[in-house]
Parts: sequence; structure tokens; C-alpha cells
Amino acid sequence: MDIHEYQAKEILKSFGVTVPDGALAYSPEQAAYRARELGGNKWIVKAQVHAGGRGKAGGVKLCSSDHEIQDATADMFGRKLVTHQTGPEGKGIYRVYVETAVAFDREIYLGFVLDRTSQRVMIVASSEGGMEIEEISESRPESIVRSTVEPAVGLRDFQAREIAFQLGIPADLTQQMVRTLQGCYRAFRELDATMVEINPLVITADNRILALDAKMTFDSNALFRHPQISELRDKSQEDPRESRAADRGLAYIGLSGNIGCIVNGAGLAMATMDTIKLAGGEPANFLDIGGGATPERVAKAFRLVMSDDNVQAILVNIFAGINRCDWVAEGVVQALRANPVDVPVIVRLAGNNVEEGLKILAQSGLPIIRATSLMEAAERSVTAWKNDVAQNTKLRAQK
Amino acid sequence: MSIFLDRDTKVIVQGITGRMAQFHTKEMLDYGTNVVGGVVPGKGGESIFGVPVFNTVKEAVEATGANASLVFVPPPFAADSIMEAADGGIRYCVCITDGIPAQDMIQVKRYMMRYPKEKRMVLTGPNCAGTISPGKALLGIMPGHIYLQGNVGIVGRSGTLGYEAAQQLKDLGLGVSTSVGIGGDPINGSSFRDILEEFEKDPETHVICMIGEIGGPQEAEAAEYIQNHMTKPVIAYIAGLTAPKGRTMGHAGAIISAFGESASEKVEILTAAGVTVAENPSVIGETIARVLKKKAA
Repeated sequence: MDIHEYQAKEILKSFGVTVPDGALAYSPEQAAYRARELGGNKWIVKAQVHAGGRGKAGGVKLCSSDHEIQDATADMFGRKLVTHQTGPEGKGIYRVYVETAVAFDREIYLGFVLDRTSQRVMIVASSEGGMEIEEISESRPESIVRSTVEPAVGLRDFQAREIAFQLGIPADLTQQMVRTLQGCYRAFRELDATMVEINPLVITADNRILALDAKMTFDSNALFRHPQISELRDKSQEDPRESRAADRGLAYIGLSGNIGCIVNGAGLAMATMDTIKLAGGEPANFLDIGGGATPERVAKAFRLVMSDDNVQAILVNIFAGINRCDWVAEGVVQALRANPVDVPVIVRLAGNNVEEGLKILAQSGLPIIRATSLMEAAERSVTAWKNDVAQNTKLRAQK
Repeated sequence: MSIFLDRDTKVIVQGITGRMAQFHTKEMLDYGTNVVGGVVPGKGGESIFGVPVFNTVKEAVEATGANASLVFVPPPFAADSIMEAADGGIRYCVCITDGIPAQDMIQVKRYMMRYPKEKRMVLTGPNCAGTISPGKALLGIMPGHIYLQGNVGIVGRSGTLGYEAAQQLKDLGLGVSTSVGIGGDPINGSSFRDILEEFEKDPETHVICMIGEIGGPQEAEAAEYIQNHMTKPVIAYIAGLTAPKGRTMGHAGAIISAFGESASEKVEILTAAGVTVAENPSVIGETIARVLKKKAA
């Protein structure tokens, strides 16, 4: 789960990381007023969206008067910010963060991640902050410092000092750097983060270490023990269909194709999408309805997939292992009778009692296209989708 | 032979009184698995399908001589149960639970290291369908009847995609020595490489089918091991060619976040290591059959 920059900064501040003075605003007037509260004569106005790359996309503005803040903010509110991380649809700006501008001498990159090779928390740092870590590993790989944390004892001070010296932090700032690293690690560990990124961490002109930006991502599987983190969820930053699916216990991800998929199991769901592509189509979504594939779940899945206007055919692929295909087939028939759909539906069943399952589909009188292998199902879906599109075009032409 | 699991393996089920655990305990007993006990704190003395329930793993091991465990405990408490199994003398543990916090799994893996290698428990999962040695024993939630006994070793992250492979093999009259699910989580008990090492040593396994997906370094790590240390042919399928970058595709670990983690990069790495990669999931079975035939020739 992602949170906003200002929320990450509040959390990190409570763990001893130094951040600039800042204030949140929900309107241009509020932004100008809060800047005056903060004092100073230069401010940074930052759009709060769940995506990186805001600066280049126009989501970060330096302002030096009330009017500039009002104008910059008015321009942001209600707009979709499109960065290289958001996709073409962008993310809506509904809040901005105003910060006192800070003069600095050096920028450092600092990241904490779950490293899947060592299966531990890894610190990744570089003296070349300000650009993204992917760019740093392209252009200055030798500047990257890595250190893994032994989970039984946590991050040790000597490790933090090593990192500080490797980054060339001035000796009189070592202790501050150690405190910053320890604060980030404790926040990561105690709140079940999967990522903490400060980019840049700066050394200010008046010799302080300060987190100018902050990003935190949390382990959704651990939210049960962090209700205060669950509260930070911002649905305005999520795809509405994905939010709805998540609230109903379904794993759904919207894509740009037009063949909807309903599958049990994440691996099989990905394999189904891939097979559609191989057959010459494009999947409209990833959807794992879980191992059980009960009639209720199948019905929910149809409603969800059909809520995407781009869907022009639906491929149902269920492997009935513990369940039986006849039971899954009954579920599909029930779901389609209760919620008729106006696009071709292709059903592929495998596992227990396939024959009976297919018979139920055939006898239902519903126009269900049946398939036995996944490849066959994908090919039939693509054909049905093309025919359907062609027919609709003809109908429209006749009108 | 087979790996991890055979007729003599004595199995306990942790969390046996749960609805799902009861259902699958029955399935395992029907399959012929030697289920000797269950563990639920506070329910010691009860019994389920004639299987005695104990309060702790230690008690269960003392009373029954159990050496394997299946964990069905809910996510907030599952890591603790795995550690209890490791401490209680269990040698092979399968964790089915989906949704264990990643940092709990980091703790589990660290905790298991405190035992010397010869006493260390092997963990597969979490978030997997389990392990089956067809005709011998089933330790998991997979449908036993789709597996024939034979010489193909299966290792995969996904449950239903593994069933797909087993069913295709069965349709071709081919059987499985052992099928192991390593699960879809980012921090897991055993990697592809760990399981490949076991299959390489197992005389009953002649060829291995590896079913991977996007995310993480374990397929690439396996490719290196296959190239340098394996004599048996490996066939792979990697799911997620159409998965967008940076999105979690159902499994907590199925997310492309670094170079080499996309399906096409993994296919490239495996192909370069001499692995036969099946282009689509419908041809996994026939690809294995072809490689087996070539091997026999």
C-alpha cells in the first residue's frame, strides 16, 4: 500500500529523521495561508499523488509570494498529473504540500528495500542523489553502497557509520546520518514497510541532514497489525475498479485490451492473459477469483469484468481441482442468467468432471462458446471478439 | 524414491480444527497420507477423523514420531507456527497460508538458521498448494487424482498452473515423482534452486518441469544452477509475459521491480542456460514428452 509524501515525512519525523517544515493544503487559499504560517520567503509547492517523477511532470513548483503559491496551486488542483510512473491516465491532485525551501550543497540517495536475493532488508545508498536509482545504476553504478541487515539484531551503528563514510558524509555529520539511517530502519521494521525511499537526502547549506522527499510503501499482508497505516489509504489514487475488487476480496488489475479474463489462481490467470496475446488478442484485465470458484465469486467476477467498457469478449478459465467442473459450470450459468452480458463468453473448464461441466454449459441454452485447452480457448476468444466487433460495425453502418 | 515425502512420512496438521484444514485433512487421509496428529493450542485431547489433536508440536512429535507438518494457521499467527515446527523436531514443513507479512517470513528464515544443517527443517511455501508424491502421500491442498505416479519432477510457484501441467502429463500417460509448490510470496522457505538440487539427487526423477512467473531473482538463480550443476533436463514455463511493470499480479511476489524480473527476461536467461521453455501453458505436457523421448533415444 502506498501513502503520500507528507504522510511518509510525518512518520519518519516521529522516528527521528529530520524533514523540512511543511503544511498540507486542500485549496489554493489554504496553501497561501499555510505558507505564511510557515514563514520564510521561498516555498516549494508539491502535488501529493502516489507516483514518482512529479518534478518533471509539473507537480513541484518553487514560489516566492502568496500570489505565486495561489496560482501554482490553482493550476494543480483537480488536474491529473501524468508522470512516467502513472500511465497515460495520470493521478488526480486533491491535496498539495507546502514546504519552506531549503538551500543545500549535496544530494544523496537513500533507499530501504526487501531484498529477495538475501531475503533480508537491504539499504541502498548513493552519493549521487536527485536522480532515480535506475538512472544512478546506469550512469554511476560505482557510487552505489549496499548493506543488508541481520534480522536478529537489526541495523547496527557500525553499519550505519560505514555507509556514512562510504558516501563521503563530513565527519561532524556522521552521528546525524546514523540517526537518520536508524530512524528509517526502525520505521521500516516496526511498521512493516516494504520500501522507504528518501531521494534526495540533502546536506543543507547550514550543515544539517534533511529528507527533502520521502516515499513509503507498506506490506498489505501486515496491515492487520497497523490500523493507523490502513487509515492512510487514499482511494482517490487507486483505479476505482481495482479498489472495488480489492474491497470484495478479488485480485483485479485493469489493462488496456478488450478480452476480459476470469480465472482461478494467480499463475493460471497470468498464463491465460499470455495465451490471449499469443492468439492475437489483448487481455482487458488480470483477475484471480481464488481457488474455490464458487458461483457467488463467478457472478461477482462477471459484474466486475463487465464494468470495463472496453471489454468485448470474456474468457472464463477454471481449473476445478477440489471442486467439480459441473458445479463450476452451474455457477457460470447462474451468473449469466442473473446478469446477462452482451459480449461473447468463452468457457474453458479443466479438472474434475469436465464432460458433465461442458454438458451443462451446452444444455443451458446460453450462447456460451466452449473450449478444452487453454490455447483453444484463447483462439476462440480472439475469433469471437473479432466477429463480434465486425458484426457491431455492420449493424452501426446499417443504422 | 521421491523427494521430501513418501508412504512412511508421518504428518501432523497445524491448525487442524479450521474448516479448510479439516476438509483437506480428510482428502489427505483418503489419499493414503499417514496423518498421525494435529496441533491446536487448547484443543489437546480432542480428535478429528480419528486423528489425535495435541496442544503443542513438541507433544505431537513425542507421541507420534511425526517428521512432517502442514501449516493451515491464519496469517497473523502462521510464522509462529512454522517456528514451532522447526523447534519441535519437524524435518519437512509445508505452509499453505496466504498473506503472511514479509517481515515475519524474514524472521522465520533467520530462526531456522539457528539449527545445524543436519537438524534444520526444510520449509516449502508459504502461499503454496503443497507437495505430493503421487501414489504415496499428499501434503497439501492439491487434487490427488490429477497426478499419475512417474518420473517427472514438478516445481512451481502457482497452484492451478501446476495442476494444469500435471493434468496434461496425465492425459499423455506421463506421471510425476514429486510435485512441490514453493509458493507465490517474495520471501519463501525454499527456492527453485533448493528443489532442483533435491530432484537432481532423486533417482526416480528423470526430468524436471519448472513453472515460474514474473518477479524476484529465483528463476535466474535456478538457471545458473541448471547450467553448472544439473545433468537432468529441465523444461520451464514462465507466466506473466503480458504483466505490466510495478503491479502485483495476485501473488505478493509476482511484481516486476528490477531488471531480469520480467517474464521475457527470465525466458531469455533460462533459454541461454539450456532450458527448454514451453511457449504457452497448453504445451507444457507435450514439451516434457518430447524431451523425455529425446532423452530415451
